[in-house]
Amino acid sequence: MNIPEPFRLLLFLAGTMAFVGLNAAYLVWVERKGAGRFQRRTGPTEVGYAGLLQPIADALKLMSKQLIVPPGVDATLFRLAPLLVLAPAMMCFVTIPFSETLVARNINVGLVMVFSFGSIHVMAIMLGGWASRNKYAIISAARIVSQNVAYEIPMLLVAVTLLMVTGTMNLHEIVQQQAGGFWNWNFFRLTANPLMPVTFVIFYICMLAETNRAPFDMAEAESELVAGAFTEYAGMGFGVFFMAEYANVVIGCSLATVLFFGGWQSPIGVLPGVFWFLLKLYLLVFSVIWVRWTFPRTQFYGLLNLSWKILIPLSLFILVLTSAMMKLF
Amino acid sequence: MKHSPWQIINGFWSLLTGMRITLGQFFKPTVTVQYPHESLKMPSRFRGHIVFVRDPATGNSLCIACKACEKACPSDCIVVDGIKREGEKRKSVTDFKLDFTKCSLCGSCVEVCPTDALEFSRAYNLASTSKEQFHCIDLVQRLETDKK
Repeated sequence: MNIPEPFRLLLFLAGTMAFVGLNAAYLVWVERKGAGRFQRRTGPTEVGYAGLLQPIADALKLMSKQLIVPPGVDATLFRLAPLLVLAPAMMCFVTIPFSETLVARNINVGLVMVFSFGSIHVMAIMLGGWASRNKYAIISAARIVSQNVAYEIPMLLVAVTLLMVTGTMNLHEIVQQQAGGFWNWNFFRLTANPLMPVTFVIFYICMLAETNRAPFDMAEAESELVAGAFTEYAGMGFGVFFMAEYANVVIGCSLATVLFFGGWQSPIGVLPGVFWFLLKLYLLVFSVIWVRWTFPRTQFYGLLNLSWKILIPLSLFILVLTSAMMKLF
Repeated sequence: MKHSPWQIINGFWSLLTGMRITLGQFFKPTVTVQYPHESLKMPSRFRGHIVFVRDPATGNSLCIACKACEKACPSDCIVVDGIKREGEKRKSVTDFKLDFTKCSLCGSCVEVCPTDALEFSRAYNLASTSKEQFHCIDLVQRLETDKK
């Protein structure tokens, strides 16, 4: 299709916003249904068939609430934080290739762009916590910074390992290298690095920690910190943080799909690429929900120990191993 | 590193075991009873508030207004009255008021009744916005309305 460039970008803007919005709304439904099924409950059933209209009811409720700015808070930062947490998440979708042709911008440094925008939400949640003038929110803000700094390191080490294997930062090219059968996916590329599945597990754990998902949801530790950085937020301000959380989960899973599971490449050669991309993406999203409802929250020092004492040495070892393999073979 | 590689592998394996168990639960049928739409049947020994047992022959109460329950009640929540009707050997009950707001469901009245005229009901949906509904439950009237 030949659409003039400005219209194409506008279409992608609208499409990305719709995709993020719908994902946020319906991943909440999937999360609640999943939580129910994992505990042998039914989840939402009342609004619409199988509770399918529940997200709309939730959104209406959140929008009908007053946006309270408590006295004494830094009003500008307090209002800005939800925007700052959602906007970078949407930016990341610019370079994610949904299929061979369906990508907003095919940037040569796509991988770096996703990582750089992906790390802004840490600052945004920290700002939200800091501006709230609430002790729980500030504890949460301090936690989220140390958590994300700790987990960014192994994640980037894993990314560097993959970069050495693929030799490009262009997400489109990374996917194209994995064409033809699932044995070509980076996940199974044991010739480049016999520990490739371990690399994926490190990436996955870091992704959970970066998106503040359970068992690493230190930013919003309900049992100790009320709702962490979101304690003082009401109505849609609170809702936007949730949208951003799910947007980040989707980005993390898309990135894992692109880097490890061959993006839009079909494992058996049938059906269009978008279908396979979304299938892989949502299987990973399901696994994120699965992990959340399986493991209890870790303690904070346990979380930092996991990163500094296990993941970072392990990912460094994998990095060295990969470079040695590349030099030798 | 503080942990041996073996510990790390073992720990990771236990995480996978946990995930296998939760996925097993995921595919099992749900056990929720959607309460307002459906409800569980109460077991036979459930103690609701007391009601009269109906005499299978006449359809009336078996109560002989002996007031044993009134005396046995530790919280004084039963008031019984009866009359001697013409041509009947026993007294019949005319008035049986239960103050359910005070009742502790101890079952002394059911136990003490010489004619086994009292039993526990299975009613458990006992929520009301006013005290009056449970303040004075008229068992005689209840038996009459049940008859119709």
